[in-house]
Amino acid sequence: MANSVEIKHLDLNFGAVNVLKDLNLEIAEGEFLVLLGSSGCGKSTLLNCIAGLLEVSDGQIFIKGNNVTWAEPSDRGIGMVFQSYALYPQMTVRGNLSFGLKNAKFPKAEIEKRIAEAADILQIQPLLDRKPAALSGGQRQRVAIGRALVRDVDVFLFDEPLSNLDAKLRADLRVELKRLHNQLENTMIYVTHDQVEAMTLADRIAIMKGGKIMQLGSPDEIYNRPENIYVADFIGSPSMNFFDGEVVGNHFKGGDLDLPLDGYTFGPGGAVDGKAVIGIRPEHIITGELVAGAPVKLEVPVELVEPMGSDTLVYGTLNGQALRIRMDGQARVSLGDSLPIGIDPSRASLFDKASELRL
Amino acid sequence: MAVTDTGRMDVGAKRPSRLFKNMTAKIAAIPMIATALVVFIGCTAWTIYHSFTRSRLLPAPDKWTGLQNYDRLWSENRWLVSIENLAIFGSCSLVLSLVIGFILAALLDRKIRFENTIRTIILYPFALSFVVTGLVWQWLLNPDLGLQNVVRSWGWETFTFDPLNNADIVIYGILIAGIWQGSGFVMVLMLAGMRGIDEDVWKASRVEGIPTWKTYIFIVIPMMRPVFVTALVIISAGIIKVYDLVVAQTSGGPGIASEVPAKYVIDKMFGSQNLGLGFAASTMMLLSVLVVLIPWAYLEFGGKKER
Ligand SMILES: Nc1ncnc2c1ncn2[C@@H]1O[C@H](COP(=O)(O)OP(=O)(O)OP(=O)(O)O)[C@@H](O)[C@H]1O
Ligand SMILES: [Mg+2]
Repeated sequence: MANSVEIKHLDLNFGAVNVLKDLNLEIAEGEFLVLLGSSGCGKSTLLNCIAGLLEVSDGQIFIKGNNVTWAEPSDRGIGMVFQSYALYPQMTVRGNLSFGLKNAKFPKAEIEKRIAEAADILQIQPLLDRKPAALSGGQRQRVAIGRALVRDVDVFLFDEPLSNLDAKLRADLRVELKRLHNQLENTMIYVTHDQVEAMTLADRIAIMKGGKIMQLGSPDEIYNRPENIYVADFIGSPSMNFFDGEVVGNHFKGGDLDLPLDGYTFGPGGAVDGKAVIGIRPEHIITGELVAGAPVKLEVPVELVEPMGSDTLVYGTLNGQALRIRMDGQARVSLGDSLPIGIDPSRASLFDKASELRL
Repeated sequence: MAVTDTGRMDVGAKRPSRLFKNMTAKIAAIPMIATALVVFIGCTAWTIYHSFTRSRLLPAPDKWTGLQNYDRLWSENRWLVSIENLAIFGSCSLVLSLVIGFILAALLDRKIRFENTIRTIILYPFALSFVVTGLVWQWLLNPDLGLQNVVRSWGWETFTFDPLNNADIVIYGILIAGIWQGSGFVMVLMLAGMRGIDEDVWKASRVEGIPTWKTYIFIVIPMMRPVFVTALVIISAGIIKVYDLVVAQTSGGPGIASEVPAKYVIDKMFGSQNLGLGFAASTMMLLSVLVVLIPWAYLEFGGKKER
């Protein structure tokens, strides 16, 4: 598939502060790419560079094969949607949708047609003659999306578009965005710090930290095969349990843990003896009747129980460290119990202690 | 008020009277409200009443003369010139200081370097009193000391620029000083307004390819409406009471060519000891303010309820 957006060796400095460092990224035609990372990691900065709102310090940006590194934002074939909606408050919805087109001297009939189409797709026909102040947050964000839609752009850029909405509306609009992407098949680049949004929307996720991409992969890869400790820790809630130890022979040994690694799929480097960290997701710890069939069996004391309805979070202790376990919502566990658990090393992640990279 | 079986008053059952809401705040505001009533309304009424008498000196209850003072006022050439000057000075300085102030603010808003320095320099005139401004510009516009002299010394011997001594254009000489003083203030107001505009709106308009000037005119200015209203009210108030600038620059001359209403009022009250006439003139000034203010207030506050 052809690349829709290509970023080569991108550097960006704010004065003396280096925010993006030698960043490379290729985004396929029609792909939904999510940039995910904690606050201040440079997601918005990267998006603004792609949009042309920031001058890059070094490197190149291609959109649809054209080098747009120095092109004006309006000449790049991109549309952008902001967290604060950024609607023009004194204009009606219709005015907001048509302002850019009028400025580009589109014929009246064409403008009308495009507005009607966009309004139809986004279901905002009844709102066309209202001012933004008379709209709800979700409706405003739909209008903001419409503003990109009418311009018929190649690439949609979203900067945390749902962050200002309440939880219920966010979930609704998330589903709608997914539907919109399926319908339009445009390339979309979406910035968020919400894991759920990232996991549900993305074809691929780029996890960023300090201006670098820590891992780029499908949600499945990111979740099941994190490439380093940062990604492993960042994704998943509650987060992964980490235990220090050593790889010796074909075993991981650390305190009470002695895990055979026969089932574990090592990366290209293969199994190398040495200090290591093992990461086990709370939901991958086997409990209940299934423990009998688990490759490794242990017992841990229960220290805290958090019933959450759909599931129950249990905090135990292992190797003197807190161990988070996600159990079924129906599970009956009480404080002080000794809980039998099982661990399946094939679902765990092993990292080199020094480099923090996946083994 | 509902009394329940237990005999306790059901305090939550009735909407509390609006009069007693925020009682403390209202009590605290009483002295200010009283002052406002006595000083503003009381003195205004007192002034208006005396404008219908032949009062000459303070405190002076005197014979009721009806509209005689007003007749005299409107037949006096000096008053008519004052009104005409105020109209010219007012409309020009209103428009120009808004436009210049806005443009300066827009230029500063484009994230230029040395913004603080430039802002301070432009705001400086506002910190000066009108008398100082007037004197400075009297020198600058003086043919022997100021601009004319400088340009002539560059070799342009026939250059003439002497507004303060030319009865036809003297009011424009005063206008220059007024704008020099006022636009810095407008600029700071506008700049604050512009800084309040969401950065993302600018980004959105750039992504759509809308030129900067169009963004200012169609998006930024409409969003800054409250700032414009504030600036308008403050400048207008300054214009109507303009007095010291004229006294410092021309003392109303040459002849009566640069007289303004406020100066007329002061001269009549304290110069010619004709309180009644002075009050009649100030009543006319009040009336002209109301003529502007009432329709505006109606549009601004009355119109909102319908929406
Ligand atoms: N105009 C600027 N001048 C200097 N530094 C800046 C500027 N804008 C951003 N930065 C810095 O660049 C880094 C990345 O900022 P950016 O806005 O891209 O973060 P982000 O990942 O979008 O975070 P968030 O999730 O909070 O929006 C931050 O450390 C920030 O302090
Ligand atoms: Mg951001």
